[in-house]
Amino acid sequence: MKKDLSMKDGTSKKGTLGEVLHSQGVSRRSFMKFCATTASMMALPPAMIPMIAKALENAKRPSVIWLSFQECTGCTESLTRAHTPSLESLIFESISLDYHHTLQAASGEAAEAAREAAMEENFGNYLLVVDGSIPLDNPGYSTIAGISNLEMLTESAKGAAAIIAVGTCATYGGIPHANPNPTGAVSVKDIIKDKPIINVPGCPPIPVVITGVLAHYLTFGSIPELDHIGRPKVFYGQSIHDRCYRRPFYDKGHFAETFDDEGAKKGWCLFKLGCRGPTTYNACATTKWNNGTSFPIESGHPCLGCSEPDFWDGGGFYKALSMPTEDISKTAVYAAAGAAAAGAAIGALNRGKKNASNKIHIKTTIEDLRK
Amino acid sequence: MSTSAFNIQTSNELTRNVRPILFEVRHALDALLDKGETSIIDLRSIPLAPGEEETILKTLGQGEVHARLNALGPSEIYETRYAGVWLITHYNEDEAMVSRFIEITRLPDILKSQTEDMSKALTELTQALGTQDT
Repeated sequence: MKKDLSMKDGTSKKGTLGEVLHSQGVSRRSFMKFCATTASMMALPPAMIPMIAKALENAKRPSVIWLSFQECTGCTESLTRAHTPSLESLIFESISLDYHHTLQAASGEAAEAAREAAMEENFGNYLLVVDGSIPLDNPGYSTIAGISNLEMLTESAKGAAAIIAVGTCATYGGIPHANPNPTGAVSVKDIIKDKPIINVPGCPPIPVVITGVLAHYLTFGSIPELDHIGRPKVFYGQSIHDRCYRRPFYDKGHFAETFDDEGAKKGWCLFKLGCRGPTTYNACATTKWNNGTSFPIESGHPCLGCSEPDFWDGGGFYKALSMPTEDISKTAVYAAAGAAAAGAAIGALNRGKKNASNKIHIKTTIEDLRK
Repeated sequence: MSTSAFNIQTSNELTRNVRPILFEVRHALDALLDKGETSIIDLRSIPLAPGEEETILKTLGQGEVHARLNALGPSEIYETRYAGVWLITHYNEDEAMVSRFIEITRLPDILKSQTEDMSKALTELTQALGTQDT
């Protein structure tokens, strides 16, 4: 049966998760299964399942306002996985999703009225979820109902108990922030300084990691322990490399040199093909994707490092981490004359790229469309 | 295109996590017998290469008891060939696996009838009998 992910009508906002599930005819045995899976998705020891069951049963349903800015909707798609209704979608039964402009039926003024009403009714207590980066160069680059992203974020953040930044765009600026960052894109944390912010990066994040963070908030009523860049340690505490099943090959020095050599066929380490596993912190190697089917390295492709800041500007996805990101000696030699610093050379290189991009960019005109 | 183009090859040199997990199961079974302590191992929390989980399942084998639940999607529960060692696999409504545990216990809790469900059942049965009487 497909779970309803549409807006709640407000009549069931009150009450606990246990009451909501009971009213839907969910048996105790089903609830135990739900709790066991929730513990697994939160990477908590199975011994905590009874405690999770007790806490979730009594959890109040929080109001959630979800804002989408400069993004591709991949994060929402990852989360809802509309083609695969799953046990995790029960998490959505446990929140009151009061505003999400991709999922909600309302539009225009009615949608904005719903957001304002939810903010007023739950001031100080609602969760604010944000995906997408915020453009600062020109407010007109991205607006919703005529409201700039910056204005909507700062206004909605005022009454939030906590903010969950979902996806690498909201957490670190992501692809919009990539060099040359034409819109002046920044992350949520660059703007909001006075609220607890949980960063859930990934392009997109693993769906169960998103729901796991929500489940943690529901279970414990607090935000999880975070690392130095705001990510929940329970999901981002270990590198892909440390948990990778190909790690023994790295330790022995067995590497695939190309995508079709003997090493690749034997499943050897992909480090020399550019794998970012050693510098990337995420749960892909254990939680995996598509209901635990596999993850990129298992499919034979190096990790791109999509949950790390500036992953797009790493100098090429297929260069080994041990290689320099740009060949300064060849491409920026003109700027490196005398004692010029490498930083200045890279800056010149970036400006050069931006100028070259601008030169080859040809605007489409009405006449072109009529051809 | 030949389907063999998509054949993913595995190697004998994998994570080496299979034997430690099986030793953990042995240790937990010893604790169950000696102190009555139950244990659960979450197989999704451990890095395993393709084929390694299957090796664990094959080693544990299947014993005398096999149950299938229908609760928020199916769940397969069976006692392995080692008494007291159970394998529990939960699936969602699309029968995609969502979690898998090895539980070392006399009987997994999820198989027992639950108090809340029995209370509801008592009410429903009473109502059903009352309806029949009238």
